[in-house]
Amino acid sequence: MRIGVITFPGSLDDRDAQRAIRLAGAEPVALWHGDHTLNNVDAIVLPGGFSYGDYLRCGAIASHSPIMSEVIDAANKGMPVLGICNGFQMLVEAHLLPGGLIRNDHGRFLRRDQMIRIENNHTAWTSAFDENEEIVIPLKNGEGGYIADQATLERLEGDGLVTFRYVGVNPNGSLNDIAGISNERRNVVGLMPHPEHAVEKGFGPNTEKAMRSGMDGLRFFTSVIAKVLA
Amino acid sequence: MPIIVVEVMPKAELLDPAGKAVAGALTRLGHSAFTNVRIGKRFELTVDGPVTESTLAEAKKIAEDMLSNQVIEDVIRVFEAPAPGASA
Repeated sequence: MRIGVITFPGSLDDRDAQRAIRLAGAEPVALWHGDHTLNNVDAIVLPGGFSYGDYLRCGAIASHSPIMSEVIDAANKGMPVLGICNGFQMLVEAHLLPGGLIRNDHGRFLRRDQMIRIENNHTAWTSAFDENEEIVIPLKNGEGGYIADQATLERLEGDGLVTFRYVGVNPNGSLNDIAGISNERRNVVGLMPHPEHAVEKGFGPNTEKAMRSGMDGLRFFTSVIAKVLA
Repeated sequence: MPIIVVEVMPKAELLDPAGKAVAGALTRLGHSAFTNVRIGKRFELTVDGPVTESTLAEAKKIAEDMLSNQVIEDVIRVFEAPAPGASA
């Protein structure tokens, strides 16, 4: 089981995603934005960061990288693809997911441990969760406001494509409290919060049991392993 | 060399937090004549050779496909910039 993590100029969380994949029990494979090969991976993670310094629009230039033609091709054939934060922004810029992400409504960069609800546990990346399960993983961005036109929002809600919703606090003005969505085939998933930062005791969000013991993010990766091995 | 200008603005119905921040500063500075600010982008594409129908069409396509994201932005204008020294 090989999961590729693509590094773009300005990616920050590529190594964290590789670590999460390793801790979940798969082999992380480093992929490079300028290549035209996916190196026989079974799934792909587009990591967080600030590719191309967020120039033009967040994720816009990276979404035109050489490797993205292979990613789009593989995604359209059903390969699981997860976009985290900047990776989510790339997925909407590449039109693999609908809508867009704009500057937080309060105008500031925000980092917090964020509660989100799993609205759909039938995607490639969420099958290890219970439906409506509430989890806490870190959120950290300046442009995380999810927007889409009314018709798209109605389609997302009606077809169960809203995969994650913010609970308690809407941290950025996202419409309908949307934290992440999937495509119709449910193999492509994007979200603003960071599951890869909540995968190991001692390094995750605080929980009622112990400081930094939160590991809710690990099941994103065990989900896709189960999906590919099924 | 000639320049094609592309102007892009955030969609009117969307919140523009950057523009809002500038509007707030104008109010604090006492410029009460201005009630709102929206911030857009201007791209200047330098053309290799004269601007033709075809380069202008290509610039319009680039403006819609890459320089803007039609979900959150509108292309306002794509036009050839007047040559330096020409009367505007």
